[in-house]
Amino acid sequence: MDAVSSPATTEAQQLAFWLSRVAQLRDRAAFGQLFGHFAPRLKGYLIRLGCDAGAAEELVQDVMLTVWRRAESFDAAQAGVATWIFTIARNRRIDRLRSERHPAFDPNDPLLVPDEAENAEQGIETAEREHSLRSAIMRLPKEQAELLQMAFFEDQPHSGIAAATRLPLGTVKSRIRLALARLRRELGPDGSI
Amino acid sequence: MPMFHLNDDDLLDYAAGRFAEPFAVLIAAHLTLCPTCRRSVAGFEALGGLAIEAAPSVEMAAGSFDAVMARLDEPEPAEPPVRTQPASGEFRHLPAPLRRFVGAAPVWRKVMRGLEEAEIGGADGVRARLMRIAPGTAMPRHTHGGREMLIVLDGGYSDEIGVYDVGDVAVADRDVVHKPIADPDEGCLCFAVTDARLKLTGPIGRVLNLFIRY
Repeated sequence: MDAVSSPATTEAQQLAFWLSRVAQLRDRAAFGQLFGHFAPRLKGYLIRLGCDAGAAEELVQDVMLTVWRRAESFDAAQAGVATWIFTIARNRRIDRLRSERHPAFDPNDPLLVPDEAENAEQGIETAEREHSLRSAIMRLPKEQAELLQMAFFEDQPHSGIAAATRLPLGTVKSRIRLALARLRRELGPDGSI
Repeated sequence: MPMFHLNDDDLLDYAAGRFAEPFAVLIAAHLTLCPTCRRSVAGFEALGGLAIEAAPSVEMAAGSFDAVMARLDEPEPAEPPVRTQPASGEFRHLPAPLRRFVGAAPVWRKVMRGLEEAEIGGADGVRARLMRIAPGTAMPRHTHGGREMLIVLDGGYSDEIGVYDVGDVAVADRDVVHKPIADPDEGCLCFAVTDARLKLTGPIGRVLNLFIRY
């Protein structure tokens, strides 16, 4: 199956281009590209989180179907494609495992306190923000970068990391805080976190 | 803008989807009122995206791709309708995630003079409740058997740590012993989630522990 390629250069832009083809044109070839990119990674991610292969397989199919159905709700001004798919996987997993929903704030809530710092240019900035986040993480000392990654490969609040690294839970928590503080320094005053 | 926020590891746990629903609802209520923590969560979700990008690829089963492609034209299964009360009347101070979680009109019961509570379901040892405290009411000095998270929705209160206003979050555990006093003019409406019963610590409190499901 051949999919139309975008003139974009980076992988992130390519993924966003395919997703926009899915949203606007119901382009199956573009969806196939997204499936090829994300499905094996999602499966590996879910297995790391403790899913058995069968359950992971089913959940990935479920997530990818949701990507197809909700493609129009993707807003490049809010998040990158991988981030958007991460939130879908997280929500589907909570739904499957615990029959709960992941409560999120409602941007149309009359009680919402707006972000004064947000401006109209945000769309362009999002891609940049995620790009600088990526490079900031690469500049972290290896064990700090791994710790932040592990924070998403665990099902239990930090305790799984404590077990895997044989550290007391309090130490893990303070190391995560240190890693996040370092990440913020790397990102600079305009950082996204 | 709230002064008391959630700390990074709680926001990270929220972004990773690790909290039981009542705690996550409380955090989402704070996010509604706090652009600063919203930005943090957006950043942590981006870390989640990076984690997926970095995950070890595991090949999908043969036929998996075709199975999904064959289902693309299936009608989407109807989701059960989620009723969210409008932000008016008794719900006017409740951010949307909390209105959805509370569902129907809360049933209030009097716990002690100046304090009413409405239980909002709870499971697996997690208790969630709305609390309505009359102006100037002092709570008995108490500590917490497990973890308690609380968000102020209207009015406020003060204790040994500070003055808590709308949107502020207080997280307390065994180490915190406090004696909150509701705002003398407005009283306090708040939402609290605990994962164990809290304990009253004063001499009278120890006796009250026997009677009050607090």
